[in-house]
Amino acid sequence: MLAYETLDQYEALQKKARTMLVKMHYESNAGHVGGNLSALDILLCLHHAVIEKDDLFVLSKGHAAGALYITLWTMGKIPEPELSTFHKDGTRLSGHPPVHGIPEVQFATGSLGHGLSLAAGLALGKKLKQEKGRIYCLTSDGEWNEGSCWEALIFAKHHKLDNLTFIVDSNGLQGFGTTKEVADLGSLAEKFKIFGIETIEVNGHDPSSILSALQNKTTLKAIVAKTMKGKGASFMENKMEWHYLPMTKDQFLQATKELS
Amino acid sequence: MRKAFCESLVNKSSNKDFVFLTGDLGFMALEPLCTAMQDRFINAGVSEQNMVSVAAGLAKSNLRPWAYSIAPFIYARPFEQIRNDVCLHSLPVILVGNGGGYGYGVMGATHHALEDYGALLTLSGMRAFIPAFDEDIKPMVDTLFKTNNPCYLRLGVTELPKCFQLPEYNSWRKLLDGDGPTLLVIGPLVGGILQHLINLDKSIRPNLWLLSELAPTKFPDEFICDLNRSGHLCVVEEHCSHGGAGQMIAYLLLKEGKQPTRFTTKTALGYPSGKYGSQKYHRAESGLDPISICKHLGI
Repeated sequence: MLAYETLDQYEALQKKARTMLVKMHYESNAGHVGGNLSALDILLCLHHAVIEKDDLFVLSKGHAAGALYITLWTMGKIPEPELSTFHKDGTRLSGHPPVHGIPEVQFATGSLGHGLSLAAGLALGKKLKQEKGRIYCLTSDGEWNEGSCWEALIFAKHHKLDNLTFIVDSNGLQGFGTTKEVADLGSLAEKFKIFGIETIEVNGHDPSSILSALQNKTTLKAIVAKTMKGKGASFMENKMEWHYLPMTKDQFLQATKELS
Repeated sequence: MRKAFCESLVNKSSNKDFVFLTGDLGFMALEPLCTAMQDRFINAGVSEQNMVSVAAGLAKSNLRPWAYSIAPFIYARPFEQIRNDVCLHSLPVILVGNGGGYGYGVMGATHHALEDYGALLTLSGMRAFIPAFDEDIKPMVDTLFKTNNPCYLRLGVTELPKCFQLPEYNSWRKLLDGDGPTLLVIGPLVGGILQHLINLDKSIRPNLWLLSELAPTKFPDEFICDLNRSGHLCVVEEHCSHGGAGQMIAYLLLKEGKQPTRFTTKTALGYPSGKYGSQKYHRAESGLDPISICKHLGI
């Protein structure tokens, strides 16, 4: 199952994925690159070393679709030439995950606050059908402004969905400010714990930390992954504007240089 | 109608794919279903957005989820979840709204659903079922278990006149012959209208039709014959004009090149006086009571 066995191998995968992610966004003149870079390590770890045949994944932070496409490309599930169609007319690689065409995409997402409920439905479906497998869901941190996330949390806990793991990409920045400035929720991890949910805080760019947190597959689990928006490109790191902006040529060259 | 609904679903409870979700509603009505369904009867709590997305997840798992609440809470609060999670993915989730139209009467405007099927039918693949009588429930439930579309079932209160021989269920049914205008009604309010018209002389009363599934895609030949003869079509519904069945019928008539001499509608007008009362009170305020309708038709 493991597509990498040593840290060196992971770093090579990470470098390849980050470089291609930046290239794909530059060539398509697309934004959202910051939130894609923050989510990329989590997606790589999940898809390369955790998710198995009977498992399913829901990307609740749909604006990280680019990072998901790149992850699937690293697994040979999206051909490289198709990446150049990202965000362009006639593509199946839309800015947010599509309804059709990619088997690994369970649901078209993009409007925040849907994914955890969808994942809960899949988890409940597996339990009712007594099927094997686990459901993984990746949310953003700003997304927890949505009331529906909390509805999903209450539901998942009450119905003992012990086949569900959700991960928060906690990069601390949202649409128009930091999460603290916009709607300060304090510690999400502490809140999940108060709900009685097993919660682990990890460094979302450290593969061993991420994988260690994902090991226990017997309870409903929350993982709050501390990440950095724009991770890997110094001029993007922790900068809110990279939630939106496309890169200029100079910025692309600089990012590529740093990531390589 | 909830009793007939519950009975019909209890009869389906042996279907292992069937899952029933409620938004914490159904007290004194759905207990037999809860008993029959056991762990597949899910009280999702007061959280309609989550309930609809969970239903989408269940449908994606090849289960047959039904999600139940008071009508406005099942279509308006979780509208985006219906749009994105259910309809975009063409999942056969059945949304059940109890108390369509002014069904919750004096409970107030927040509990009324005057634009439910109009709003829902803008969504891809959605179909709406509006039973008029308890007897309609079983055939509708049978259909809903076979469909691959997302669907909305709008429940109300049956008003079937005693001794009336109800024709076998069909999406279009002719309830009364008459030489007057053609009257097409949607939903349970047809019962009271039928009761009022049944004793009128055939020479003056309207030919009364009932439509139970939306949006219609074709007219029965007999309906067009009646319309050609009467020249006046009046569509009556406990729903606002915009997006209502009247507009759907007008569109279909134009599309098929069939134009009655006169086309009118009687629809829910909201709250003209700003006062609240029973379903009957609100129907009367909107001119949806039998006497107002007859007056409108010149009878």
